[in-house]
Amino acid sequence: MTLGQADRLKGRKVTLHDMCLRDGMHPKRHQISLESMRGIAAGLDEAGVPLIEVTHGDGLGGASVNYGFPAHSDEEYLKAVISVVKRASVSALLLPGIGTVDHLRMAHDLGVKTIRVATHCTEADVSEQHIGLGRKLGLDTVGFLMMAHMLEADRLVEQAKLMESFGANCIYITDSAGYMLPDDVSTRISAVRSALNASTELGFHGHHNLGMGIANSLAALDAGANRIDGSAAGLGAGAGNTPLEVFNAVCDRMGIQTGVDVWKLSDVAEDLVTPIMDEPVRIDRESLTLGYAGVYSSFLLFAKRAEAKYGVSARDILVELGRKKMIGGQEDMIEDTAINMARERGTTHA
Amino acid sequence: MQRVPCAIIGSGNIGTDLMMKLARSTVLEPTWMVGIDEHSDGLARARSLGLKTTHEGVQGLVRATRAGEIGFAFDATSAYAHAENSALLRARGVRMLDLTPAAIGPYCVPPVNLLDHLTEDCWNLNMVTCGGQATIPMVFAVSRVQSVRYAEIVATVSSRSAGPGTRKNIDEFTRTTAGAVARVGGAREGKAIIILNPADPPIIMRDTIHCLTDDVPDQAAITDSVNRMVADVQTYVPGYRLVNGPVFDSSQGLHRVSVFLEVAGLGDYLPKYAGNLDIMTAAATKTAEVMAGRLFPQGFSQ
Repeated sequence: MTLGQADRLKGRKVTLHDMCLRDGMHPKRHQISLESMRGIAAGLDEAGVPLIEVTHGDGLGGASVNYGFPAHSDEEYLKAVISVVKRASVSALLLPGIGTVDHLRMAHDLGVKTIRVATHCTEADVSEQHIGLGRKLGLDTVGFLMMAHMLEADRLVEQAKLMESFGANCIYITDSAGYMLPDDVSTRISAVRSALNASTELGFHGHHNLGMGIANSLAALDAGANRIDGSAAGLGAGAGNTPLEVFNAVCDRMGIQTGVDVWKLSDVAEDLVTPIMDEPVRIDRESLTLGYAGVYSSFLLFAKRAEAKYGVSARDILVELGRKKMIGGQEDMIEDTAINMARERGTTHA
Repeated sequence: MQRVPCAIIGSGNIGTDLMMKLARSTVLEPTWMVGIDEHSDGLARARSLGLKTTHEGVQGLVRATRAGEIGFAFDATSAYAHAENSALLRARGVRMLDLTPAAIGPYCVPPVNLLDHLTEDCWNLNMVTCGGQATIPMVFAVSRVQSVRYAEIVATVSSRSAGPGTRKNIDEFTRTTAGAVARVGGAREGKAIIILNPADPPIIMRDTIHCLTDDVPDQAAITDSVNRMVADVQTYVPGYRLVNGPVFDSSQGLHRVSVFLEVAGLGDYLPKYAGNLDIMTAAATKTAEVMAGRLFPQGFSQ
């Protein structure tokens, strides 16, 4: 008799990693208040969430015209959160090309314990300096391969091995576009699992644009991942991340050990995170388009703003960005593409 | 008139492309290609074009040449190797154009500040970065009209055009570019972002420049200034093209001026998409040609 997924996963341990104070910065246009950060972080900590990510949505050094200026600096946010957590560790994201090792040192000096170095899934070799330094500083050092749906499993393996060789002790397969279906996740995680050292951890970061956050995270666990990203109330780019309180409840039902209290985490989501949303984070027409067309989730609000300014539908803009194989960080190309489309259609406003 | 003999240090993408541009110059002559891998494609091409080569680095070049034999050296290695290369060649009386992000000498962006550097005591000029060469003229085009409190550039290059040096040096790229965006571009603060896009077929280099002006932008004057500057850059990089903008947006409490560019190359070594290579090598060639005219008005003599 073949065992089902539920049988295979029963009793497994998983590390939950909350994203609402980092990926959640996208739908908040990077304007979360320090007070909200402290309150939410304290709640997550109290619920037993072991790892909480905090930075600008685009990582350390993301403050910019291109991605948005935040209400407070990375330093201020990190200090605020680190001062209130008792058990949880705080992580920071860093995208080489946006942030530098100077930011990494700053985060380490403030008490960040986990650094996640993120590159597009084909460009792992730009992370050598940053992963190397993270490891040298004794940080839990994670290589984070974004837009992983764009690369087939065997080539993803090569990139994961590069990051492992630079010193990463954990590799993430990141579904930045919320495009993957469970089989896409299984194939990739399994291939990477069998190629890396047994001691190297694996993680999965999902977006809920096609409603697959929970199913994909379970598929990742089943294929050998042991860290799962999610976000309380799903607060994250696009239709948000895997809703962490829901995933935690599912794990509890399945006998997967998270160490996180089901009621407390759902209280954080309902009482602390949902009230700060500017708009409901849900699978609307545009975030569905992100998942369907394989487009970077944080493009969502930029495309909506471009629609308002240039009179081209956000859906059409997103589809065009996907067709042109734009990757994470190319927010500047959203306005450029909208202007081109408006010109071609003769609908230029203003 | 004798052309000025030049040595190219580094036989990778940039060095090889530069060699092909120097070979067409009426003022400069590529005479040496310096590498570290005897079997590299770059050294083989250099030999086939009749250049002398060494695979023993700058030390090999110093051993094989006399003082006064070479006028200019172009360093296309890495930020880490540049300081030593520069010191060894300075002792030989060779003027250095630095195409790494090491930036030990002053920044040079030809249409902005080349004329400031045409002096006898100018021994080392830094060509900033590909992103810097593409974008700083635009920052300057805005700042010469009115004060810019902050300028930010996003340089997007195809993955295939970014060699191992660029990849290992990515922090140096962002730091050096940001520094020069402020200092040469004329903004009080600078920021630089680089993106490597792996799309196939490869994308042509794209550059976006966002300036925040102190006061409401003078749209007509800035548009005119940007168009004039684009034409200036086109004199040495014909594939430099304004795609969109300047876009003016004061809707979010900031006075934003954005310019969207595309930079196509000549297709000398890498295909035309690699405008990032061309804008560096074309800027360095232009700089050395203008310097040669000023420093060796009677032609180069050994």
